[in-house]
Amino acid sequence: MLELVLFYTASTIALVATILALTRANATHALIYLILSLLAVAVIFYIIGAPFAAALEVVIYAGAIMVLFIFVIMMLNLGDKGDRREKQLLKPQIWITPVIFTLVLLVELVLVLSQSAPAEIQGLVTPKQVGLTLFGPYVLAVEIASMLLLAGLVGSYHLGRRYLEEGRENSSRGRS
Amino acid sequence: MLKLLPLIPLFPLVSSIILMVTLGKLPKRMVAILGAGSVGMAALITLLVGLAFMETGQPHHQVLWTWMRVGEFSPDIAFYLDGLTLVMMSVITGVGFLIHLFSTEFMEDDNSFSRYFAYLNMFVFAMLILVMADNLLLLYLGWEGVGACSYLLVGFWYQNPDNGAAARKAFVVTRIGDTAMAVGLFLLFTELGTLDIQPLAEAAKSQWEVGDTLPVVACLLLLGGAVGKSAQLPLHTWLPDAMAGPTPVSALIHAATMVTAGVYLIARTHELFLLAPPAMLAVALVGLITSLMAAFTALNQHDIKRILAYSTISQIGYMFLALGVGAWAAGIFHLVTHAFFKALLFLAAGAVIHCLHHEHNIFKMGGLRTRLPVVFWSFLIGSAALAALPLTSGFFSKDMILLQAYELPGVGPWLWVGGLLGALLTAMYSFRLVFVVFFGETKMEPDKQPGVRMAVPLSLLCVLALVGGFFALPLVPLASAFPVASEHHPSHLIEGISIAVPLIGLAIAYFIFLGGQWKVDGLVNSASGQMLRKFWFSGWAMDWLYDKFWVQPYKSLTHLLRRECMDDIYNTIVKFCQLLYRVFSYTQAGRLRWYATSMVFGMIVVIALLQGVI
Amino acid sequence: MGSVSIPLDHVLLLSALLFICGLLGLMMRRNIIFILISLEVMLNSSAVAFVAAGARWGQPDGQIVFMLILAVAAAEVAVGLGLVLQIQRRFKSLDMDDANRMRG
Repeated sequence: MLELVLFYTASTIALVATILALTRANATHALIYLILSLLAVAVIFYIIGAPFAAALEVVIYAGAIMVLFIFVIMMLNLGDKGDRREKQLLKPQIWITPVIFTLVLLVELVLVLSQSAPAEIQGLVTPKQVGLTLFGPYVLAVEIASMLLLAGLVGSYHLGRRYLEEGRENSSRGRS
Repeated sequence: MLKLLPLIPLFPLVSSIILMVTLGKLPKRMVAILGAGSVGMAALITLLVGLAFMETGQPHHQVLWTWMRVGEFSPDIAFYLDGLTLVMMSVITGVGFLIHLFSTEFMEDDNSFSRYFAYLNMFVFAMLILVMADNLLLLYLGWEGVGACSYLLVGFWYQNPDNGAAARKAFVVTRIGDTAMAVGLFLLFTELGTLDIQPLAEAAKSQWEVGDTLPVVACLLLLGGAVGKSAQLPLHTWLPDAMAGPTPVSALIHAATMVTAGVYLIARTHELFLLAPPAMLAVALVGLITSLMAAFTALNQHDIKRILAYSTISQIGYMFLALGVGAWAAGIFHLVTHAFFKALLFLAAGAVIHCLHHEHNIFKMGGLRTRLPVVFWSFLIGSAALAALPLTSGFFSKDMILLQAYELPGVGPWLWVGGLLGALLTAMYSFRLVFVVFFGETKMEPDKQPGVRMAVPLSLLCVLALVGGFFALPLVPLASAFPVASEHHPSHLIEGISIAVPLIGLAIAYFIFLGGQWKVDGLVNSASGQMLRKFWFSGWAMDWLYDKFWVQPYKSLTHLLRRECMDDIYNTIVKFCQLLYRVFSYTQAGRLRWYATSMVFGMIVVIALLQGVI
Repeated sequence: MGSVSIPLDHVLLLSALLFICGLLGLMMRRNIIFILISLEVMLNSSAVAFVAAGARWGQPDGQIVFMLILAVAAAEVAVGLGLVLQIQRRFKSLDMDDANRMRG
């Protein structure tokens, strides 16, 4: 019973926090709400018997990736320049088409879900099981993921380097 | 000896190529020796080959190499020698050599001396290929080759646009017939599976019955080609205009050899025609009608070469008549004698023109009998042979044709009557020509006499035209090529009539044009007489008719198409593509949100499809 | 745990709702930071679906796919934020409607 209450509470928090995150004008506020949403999802993971996934969600998602976001936002040092234009969001021609589309898509997804036979969550999957499977049958996926991360590393270094160099030149010019 | 066969066309070919690549840099003497000598050599080898052939009398077949191989179709470059081929080769090289010799003097003052002989030698080569070919495809190569050379030589003096137009007309009109012939060849190949002439005849005889539809169609298509090349109705209009070329060219191409290619084709494929009696009848009728129409027209012309041109059309009509009634040997015999006397007439006319500052109008000539005696006697003998006066060569051949036409059951006597009428007219126009040009008062003085290189060919051809009838018939080994016609001896009355008719024609011509006993001015100058005269003068208004029914509609069609209404279709396609381009480039707005939205739309559609909602 | 089971449908519905939210954000926001946040939301929602499906069968495979998604998200964010820096440098703006040089 407690689990059900916890699940629905966490779901509600996740949804509301997500909506708030996506409607903020200020990026930092949005990120805070997003972290909240991710934490709520971590709770859900825990409830449906995936404690290892919940831990990863907290540590990597809400921890590492979001910190990356915040670092970048701090580097850009945004003012409230962009906020004004975001007010256009309220105009119907901006939101009418996306809203209609997403509603149609939602209806379709609900229809798809309602077609499947009702099923329930089986129970706990321990981290040990996950680890054995990961380095057993899925070892190729691990390799692929490592390649992907390497590519991301190289790509982001290449893209970010110029920005950093230019910033250094600008600052040195300012000094002299 | 028979192995020398391929050398015969090789000599003119080599000479022609030498003359072409030297670009007229050779001295004229050299060109003359090369041009006439090569054909002379060909004639000599033809003589040797002919003698060797006479010993055995067996057809000789010589394969040089395989031309091409496309599936089951592999025509050879191969020659076939039998009586018919030998006769044609003799005419081409023999008469051709005399005409080349004549040309060396006739064209002496022309700047394009070398070009002339290059074309003429090339023509001899192509014509030899035509008659020696073992298969119809090689024959077609020669057929087109002579057409091309004819085009080049008719338009030889291309600086005058009229000559170019005449050349184009000759080319285009014969092309109509050639297309029919090509279709005929396709039909023969698809039906019988070969184009080699001898196997083709065998296959036709085994596969087709007499009177089937297919042989009739095939023969009519071949007849179309023959009609175009030989200037028969309805494709005869090009020949009078082709007189724009030099006169020896008219003698060689448009009298002695090329225009008789149609006769040769029908004779060569006579086994097919024997399977198609309606096509035979068509050949005979085309020949007879053409012969009469052309004879009427010849009677009204005043250009010396045009008279001879219409006369040629008329005489080839006779040959067609002979072929149509199954008198193959007679048709080819007439071809040979016609080659002799018509070449003689053309060369003599050329000599007249040469000596009279290129004057063509016969009514401006007159009394040349004493001024140009050699030419006069040549012309007289040629005209006598043309009119088929007794004992000349033309008499024998025409007599044979008429008799065999008479013996044809059914329409035979009618064809005979038509042929007699043609003979009467032939005698009238040929002696009208002689009387007007060589008798009467002198209107123009010739400024030079024909030299020895003109006189010798003329004299030799005189001899051939006079006595060719005696020795040509037994000598010519046509028997091996054709089914032997049964010997009949018609009544003396028929013989007598066919002897008398040309004499009557001669007399009429004498009374009207020389003696002046018959005054026809009143008749000619009356309104209807004038109209008829004009009608005949224009060659039965055929040119006018074709202009109205073919050339003008075609021209207006081209004017219509000049507006490029076909292009509108393509432009519409282009415009549609441009419209699509604009629409699609509009979707490439460069806005991320737009892309995302369109992706979502796609997602919706895909899910709906997968779930079967739509 | 496990005494009262949670219906799978509800977890999947939550996943769908989160996905729709991300999609809506993707289509409506012009700031590239928010576009990236939307993408994160969408990735996360699919991760929820996978983990739930894995839990439905009591198998670890769902969580393994979740880890793959994590790797994808990390790489995507790294490259995406690098792009953010470039865009800010070139256009002096984070508005994606300004960066429309690929207009056809």
